[in-house]
Amino acid sequence: MRINDAIWGALFIIGAGLVLFHVQGFPKIPGQNVGPALFPGLIAVGIAVCGLILIVRGLRARAAGEGAGGSWVVLPPWLRSANHVAGFLVLVGVNLFYIFAVDKLGFLITGFVYLVALMWVLRVRPMVAIVVSIAMTLVIHYAFYKLLRVPLPWGLLTPIAW
Amino acid sequence: MSSAWAQAFSMVFEPYNILVMLGASLFGLFVGAVPGLTATMATALLVPVTFFMAPIPAIAAIVTATAMAIFSGDIPGCLLRMPGTPASAAYTDEAYAMSRKGQAEVALGAGLVFSAIGGLFGTAVLMVSAPTLADFALRFSSFEYFWLVLMGLTCAVFISSDRPLKGLISLFLGLMIACVGLGNPAAFPRFTFGNTELLGGIGMIPLMIGMFAVSEIIRFVVDMEPELEVIDQPIGNVFKGMWQLTVKYPLQILRGSTLGTLVGALPGAGADIAAWMSYAMSKRLSKEPEKFGTGHVEGIVESGSANNSALAGAWIPALVFGIPGDSITAIVIGVLYMKNMNPGPQLFTNNPQNIYAVYLLFIIANLIMIPLGWMCIKVAKRILKVPRHVLMPIILLFCIVGSFAINNTGFDVAVMLIAGFVAYVLEENEFPVAPAILGVVLGAMLEENFITSMIKSDGSLAAFFSRPIATTLGVMTVIVWFWPLAKKLLRRRDAHAGTSA
Repeated sequence: MRINDAIWGALFIIGAGLVLFHVQGFPKIPGQNVGPALFPGLIAVGIAVCGLILIVRGLRARAAGEGAGGSWVVLPPWLRSANHVAGFLVLVGVNLFYIFAVDKLGFLITGFVYLVALMWVLRVRPMVAIVVSIAMTLVIHYAFYKLLRVPLPWGLLTPIAW
Repeated sequence: MSSAWAQAFSMVFEPYNILVMLGASLFGLFVGAVPGLTATMATALLVPVTFFMAPIPAIAAIVTATAMAIFSGDIPGCLLRMPGTPASAAYTDEAYAMSRKGQAEVALGAGLVFSAIGGLFGTAVLMVSAPTLADFALRFSSFEYFWLVLMGLTCAVFISSDRPLKGLISLFLGLMIACVGLGNPAAFPRFTFGNTELLGGIGMIPLMIGMFAVSEIIRFVVDMEPELEVIDQPIGNVFKGMWQLTVKYPLQILRGSTLGTLVGALPGAGADIAAWMSYAMSKRLSKEPEKFGTGHVEGIVESGSANNSALAGAWIPALVFGIPGDSITAIVIGVLYMKNMNPGPQLFTNNPQNIYAVYLLFIIANLIMIPLGWMCIKVAKRILKVPRHVLMPIILLFCIVGSFAINNTGFDVAVMLIAGFVAYVLEENEFPVAPAILGVVLGAMLEENFITSMIKSDGSLAAFFSRPIATTLGVMTVIVWFWPLAKKLLRRRDAHAGTSA
């Protein structure tokens, strides 16, 4: 998705403003003129100045009709392909699923669902997807849980934890 | 001195370490040869694994994997017209044109042999220059470090992109991310909003796995390009004719390696930019520039050595000052801190055996690249047929578990995923990511030296120009800042003079 520079500039200026407002509340180092607010404050000012230049550039590009007729937002071509949109949505979905489900369901179940769903939307043949997903979930689990001793959650499978 | 070398030898030639290097080589060759997986991504994926190793094997894994990946990135460029890593993009068309003429083995051979030579050249420069610089850097105070970091960041903005404004914003965003948490001179919790996970700052490793691995996978999922056909031709002896090429193009090899090492050592610019610059230079200075683009090996010889020498060059500022020369060493610096091998001049005086070991690792990696790379070329066609639709989901799950493994917290997983999506959107809008990474890595160092200097000088900015080395660095930095502006003004005056004449 391509967004006109002017919009980016405005977003950056708003962000910089919020930071500047927030750092006003930071304390000073006792007996010094400088404190924890100085550095982020300077960066925020820098971002705001760059944002201003971006706005000017974006407006100029739009007036000149550069870059897809100077529109505010240019949607990526893949939005018109159902397969790719599905791919993107599933990608976002499985990641949210992982974050929220892994502690309850455990790594083995979550990891398997994660892989199968992604491979399904990428059009891997179902049998291949299922077999590879089972195998790779077990391999990753073995490598990290057994060899590297990372406490991956067991969740539902706690009773049969090995 | 000699005992430190002996110690370095015994650490490097330990069986476990050799095994790690072999494993990392195969991993690096594979990652480099699959389009869409980059050398930086290889490093990011290795971090969670190296996290559990001793310092030397951890560094060994990264050094070998990246050297191999930068070479093997040439393979799909040659057979598919698609660079395996961005560092091969500069001469992909050239290599493919050679394959079309039936010279795939020459293109691959040149890529392999001159990668190794370039890598060894860069290592030699690293060995000579790093200790000297470290000696020099022992006398640096906060003023010098402040300017040095600032100059590094400035280089990153101006060299790594043709859009300095967007690079600058990217850098600022990185510096802002570095502000989060307690890690500031006053140890005041900034931008944490009461969240305890944020007190320690935003984890560098999950951030980088996200920016370099997850963003690539998103790009793959929404990629509309059709699958490419592999050129199917028998590949004979890739070493045939390499000696003749060495004799024919000695100057090109030297020039490519030198330029590559220099570009690598400049913060923010790595192997990919080194290859582009050196290919362009090769064409401009060639006796037969008209042959470039038609399947002419000269540019491959020069830029192939440049991208591998850049890898070693990038370690010079990383080890001496803690300022990464490219995005790979940005990750390496994170690893060094985790291993209590904090980069800086003290590393050279207190633990020289570790530094010597790094030199040895680079030499070995570039030597074993030749037989292993030869084997990789033999099975190249099979690697190129690896179904990426199956591979990418597995890599993504690996990224998630890897991010989790560093601190065993789901928070890092979220950081990684968000960083991946943000990096993807930013890159779509032509904001380069490399300056942001440098900002994150160097933010704390920049602020600390800035605040310390301000306290020392009682708030006077003049003090930043009071010491000779600091003044030199400061003036150079300011010149780089105003360079684009001056260039614009000069051009305008020239144009003006042109019209009035």
